[in-house]
Amino acid sequence: MTKDINQTPPPSEGAGGKKNWPLWEIFVRSKNGLEHRHFGSLHAADAKMAIENARDVYTRRNEGVSIWVVESKHITASNPEESGELFEPAADKVYRHPTFYELPDELKHM
Amino acid sequence: MSLNTQRNISTNPTPPPSEGAGGRTQYILEIADNSLILGQRLGELCGHGPSLETDIALTNMSLDLFGQVRSYYQYIAQLSEEEKTEDDIAFLRLERDYKNVLLVEQPNTDFGYVITRQYFFDVFHLMLMQQLQYSKDETLSAIAKKGIKEVSYHKRFSGDWVKRLGDGTEESHERVQKAVNDLWPYTNELFEMTETAKAAVEAGIGVEASQLKEAYYKEVSELLREATLEVPESKYFHKGGKHGVHTEHMGYILSDMQFMQRTYPGMKW
Amino acid sequence: MTKHKLKTKNKFPKAPLLGRGVGVRIMSEKEIKNLQQIFEAKIARDEKIEPKDWMPEKYRQTHIRQISQHAHSEIVGMLPEGNWITRAPSLRRKVALLAKIQDEAGHGLYLYSACETLGVSRDELYEQLHTGKAKYSSIFNYPTLTWADMGAIGWLVDGAAIINQVPLCNTSFGPYARAMVRVCKEESFHQRQGYEIMLTLCNGTPEQKEMAQDALNRWWWPSLMMLGPTDDESVHTAQSMKWKLKRKTNDELRQQFIDQTVPQADILGITIPDADLKWNEAEGKYDFGTINWDEFWQVVKGHGPCNKERMSARVNAWNNGEWVRDAAMAYAEKQEAKKVEKAS
Repeated sequence: MTKDINQTPPPSEGAGGKKNWPLWEIFVRSKNGLEHRHFGSLHAADAKMAIENARDVYTRRNEGVSIWVVESKHITASNPEESGELFEPAADKVYRHPTFYELPDELKHM
Repeated sequence: MSLNTQRNISTNPTPPPSEGAGGRTQYILEIADNSLILGQRLGELCGHGPSLETDIALTNMSLDLFGQVRSYYQYIAQLSEEEKTEDDIAFLRLERDYKNVLLVEQPNTDFGYVITRQYFFDVFHLMLMQQLQYSKDETLSAIAKKGIKEVSYHKRFSGDWVKRLGDGTEESHERVQKAVNDLWPYTNELFEMTETAKAAVEAGIGVEASQLKEAYYKEVSELLREATLEVPESKYFHKGGKHGVHTEHMGYILSDMQFMQRTYPGMKW
Repeated sequence: MTKHKLKTKNKFPKAPLLGRGVGVRIMSEKEIKNLQQIFEAKIARDEKIEPKDWMPEKYRQTHIRQISQHAHSEIVGMLPEGNWITRAPSLRRKVALLAKIQDEAGHGLYLYSACETLGVSRDELYEQLHTGKAKYSSIFNYPTLTWADMGAIGWLVDGAAIINQVPLCNTSFGPYARAMVRVCKEESFHQRQGYEIMLTLCNGTPEQKEMAQDALNRWWWPSLMMLGPTDDESVHTAQSMKWKLKRKTNDELRQQFIDQTVPQADILGITIPDADLKWNEAEGKYDFGTINWDEFWQVVKGHGPCNKERMSARVNAWNNGEWVRDAAMAYAEKQEAKKVEKAS
């Protein structure tokens, strides 16, 4: 079965057709020295609220020292259907890894 | 007057700690009971917030406030020469012995009232904590230092929301303006200096709250204007809370809060 | 970093064949069969399925149903306990209860977010809940009558929930598995909190112990029902096992719950309200009495003691919050416009 994409009814915008708070992706640095990691998402009306909500939702147990928020719609993702051409060509480039190179056993620390 | 001499045994047979007017305990109650009653009001909202995220945020503030309450009451229990626990102090007083301001007992009429009540209190609360950290009483100073961080966040949260509601939609503007008008008359009491408070100031442990007044109204008025709201001009203000004379709401708050302790006296939970 | 929340809603049509995010492509049946095989093989190898990966429509629908049901249970589950926040008998209990209920809100939020990666918005999910189209755990339709119910819910209801939830940390759908890891980590204090309440009551006055027994009497059977209909009545089990949405059958989970809970009741010194409950030495498990499934279905169908109250509390919170949410959006838009104006 195939359908034109436009035939699918768009998700409702909630009662009254009002705009709902957009979705944000939350990245938290657990402690200095570590990178910000994707923690999850939440809804907020604006960036400031997203930070505040993230603080209350994702760092209640002292999990963070820094928060990044980005509205989900601003993230562009690679397409899984293209993952073959995107990622597989890297699989056989073994010469990028140190184990590719044969060195004598007596050589230490290299 | 030296407050260190005020730790005498209560002559009052009722459970509340009443070391006589001017007692350190009484002064602490004037501060702590605000957090108790406001925490209780916020606790009522858990599960009923306008969004899941906001629900979680309100509960966080409630938890901060109850955390402060526990520190204060544990300290009072320690000061008391009778065997007392934080819970005796929280749950076993008569209405007149609760010294919170009337503002914090006002009901959760709608989110506009919740936020306005919070903001009106937070601005004062932060100013108070910022002064209390210099108290000669080390315990109060320590509680205040910890509280500053929590309350700064509360004020940021509530202030942001006043702006959102004030400068949001027509409906939200109207609603929050109504809340501002209705709650405004409860703000002046925050700065009332009771005899207890005056004595605490004299002893170097308390805060001269009346001196915070000008800065308070300046800050609040600025934010209200930024939120496109009108600053009420009312010169009539309510008071009584600091003397234990509360609004009609208080009895209901207490009957809820004290229900278990009153129904099952003397049990451990 | 996984980039999984990236759907624009409209790009997720109901039809399973459409390329996600790259427009429409018509696939032959052979191609679909091929995709299906790759998909099944992935799950069999314990690899995760991520939101933008191809998935059969049934997989998507089943996950939306189960994850949202789970999320709804978390937020409706806040209500019976929320009843007792203002009446909690000590400050220590009050903060623990508040923190626990707040966690439930958080868990609801994680789960709704996981569900949203499947192309359905939280508002739509709420809509389904509010109109009765979506279900939630029927146990939350029972009333919380005494403080001991806070103990019983933590001990029994959270206990049963954990049994259900721990295996889901390894479920096949990535966002659900990740949400569950977080949920399980945070929930570890919930059951202890409940059991501690029960223990305090059972070590207290006769009146308190009676309160604990009464709570056990009322919550025992609903807790058993919470683990779902018996295997022969359960419609989704086989498929769910394959997709690792389930690792054990309802009856297995129920047995596990009973076997672990009976000794806990013994420590409390209260009696499980089942005359047929006895240790079966030969099989190494407890035999137990007949569950009143009529009651279960009655509650599921909306005729439990508190279905109406729970639903109206949720609907009211949502409806009364609408002007607040709208205000925040309007404000955000005004601020954004100001920023643009300034920049130009």
